[in-house]
Amino acid sequence: MPKVLIPTPLRQFTAKQDSVTVPGATVGEVLAALTTEYPDLRKQIFNDEGKLRSFVNVYLNDEDIRYLGKDATPAADADTLSLVPSIAGGAHGERPGGKH
Amino acid sequence: MTLSKDEILRYSRHLIVPEVGMEGQLKLKAAKVLLVGAGGLGAPLGLYLAAAGIGRIGLVDFDVVDFTNLQRQVIHFTKDVGRNKIDSAAEKMQALNPNVEIVKHEVALSSENAMEILQDYDLVVDGTDNFPTRYLVNDACVLLGKPNVYGSIFRFEGQATVFAYQGGPCYRCLYPEPPPPGLVPSCAEGGVLGILPGTIGLIQATETVKLILGIGEPLVGRLLLYDALGMRFRELKLRKNPECPICGEHRTITKLIDYHQFCGVPQHVPQEAPKQESKVTEGEIEVTEVKEKLDRGDKFVLIDVREPHEHQICNIPAAKLIPLGEVGRRLDELDPEADIVIHCKSGMRSARACGILKAAGFKHVRNMKGGILAWSDQVDRSVPKY
Repeated sequence: MPKVLIPTPLRQFTAKQDSVTVPGATVGEVLAALTTEYPDLRKQIFNDEGKLRSFVNVYLNDEDIRYLGKDATPAADADTLSLVPSIAGGAHGERPGGKH
Repeated sequence: MTLSKDEILRYSRHLIVPEVGMEGQLKLKAAKVLLVGAGGLGAPLGLYLAAAGIGRIGLVDFDVVDFTNLQRQVIHFTKDVGRNKIDSAAEKMQALNPNVEIVKHEVALSSENAMEILQDYDLVVDGTDNFPTRYLVNDACVLLGKPNVYGSIFRFEGQATVFAYQGGPCYRCLYPEPPPPGLVPSCAEGGVLGILPGTIGLIQATETVKLILGIGEPLVGRLLLYDALGMRFRELKLRKNPECPICGEHRTITKLIDYHQFCGVPQHVPQEAPKQESKVTEGEIEVTEVKEKLDRGDKFVLIDVREPHEHQICNIPAAKLIPLGEVGRRLDELDPEADIVIHCKSGMRSARACGILKAAGFKHVRNMKGGILAWSDQVDRSVPKY
């Protein structure tokens, strides 16, 4: 079964696991199986229409699935999927007193 | 342009590397680099770029050094708490290398000033902490044709790449849109390992120096991911999106836009705004009133929607802990008719929890204004702030 690497911000939705192995022959099937097993993850990576959110990229090994076959991209057992959400951190962070 | 005798001694270890040499050191001296943000990423960047002998380094920052910055922003010292970051950073950089010209831009980078500020520099390094500024920096760099050396961090993970280098992919190619506010926890909510910005900031500094020298293989078309816990670097392919609205074939963005609106977040409120300016709005309750309710023994439920590890740092003993992520599926623990007050650290997450409860038909739900930080300020000063 393909392996899915879970980034830090999303691990709270996968019982703190950093990688999960789920069945599926295509990227779409793997993601469906993943979000069935971890329902809280669903709204993080899919929008209300069930499409991948535009700030969460999915890579099959090192290639962005947008430039492969998107959801229909075949996924083999040896493949690794990575979810890579955009993160903005870098400078300040919140202060006591509550900026942003 | 030449190097003085002092500079030759200072840069000796560069000059004896054939790939740098006198020619390279003069390129560094002639270079003009803009550093956006003098925080976690900006701290190592500022120090190392100054040490390397970049001729002119512009700094953009309008924030003030805070105690919570010191765990990672190593350019600021304990004595600097309360000072403007830009002055604190410039002072350290100048002390490290008096040959470097530091230009201070003490403003919030905006659509109105970004083009004017950026145009004087060869290269921009993005060390910001929020989505609106990241998209602004990206768009301004694309429009001006300047490379954007990008780095971003969260908890134990970092990303780095170089955008908009010689027409290469940009930030919008990677992520066409930002997440809606609140969906992905921010650095502020999530925290960050203090060493992490050092690692990522120095990857950015390395790429900056390489680009100026024109040596090696730049981090272009590749997104570098760093996982500090696994101590692994991974590389993903970063392609130029033909549909990209700013650098694609059919571009629809030809000038800077309103980035706060684009990201769905309110504009930053300037610091000098009076502290008590905002009134208690509908659905909010002051911490002092919550204290009075507790003292009177009123019948109500106080809920803390922070995470368990935050609860360990400090808590209000009367509060029931239900982390925000669990609120939706633990509604059956609560009475829809009950008088409910929700708090978190500063009021953002509890506002979201109030929304969830109201949507589920709870009638009397209020958000404790300012969270446990306000509780510490106004009710119980023994409660530590974090």
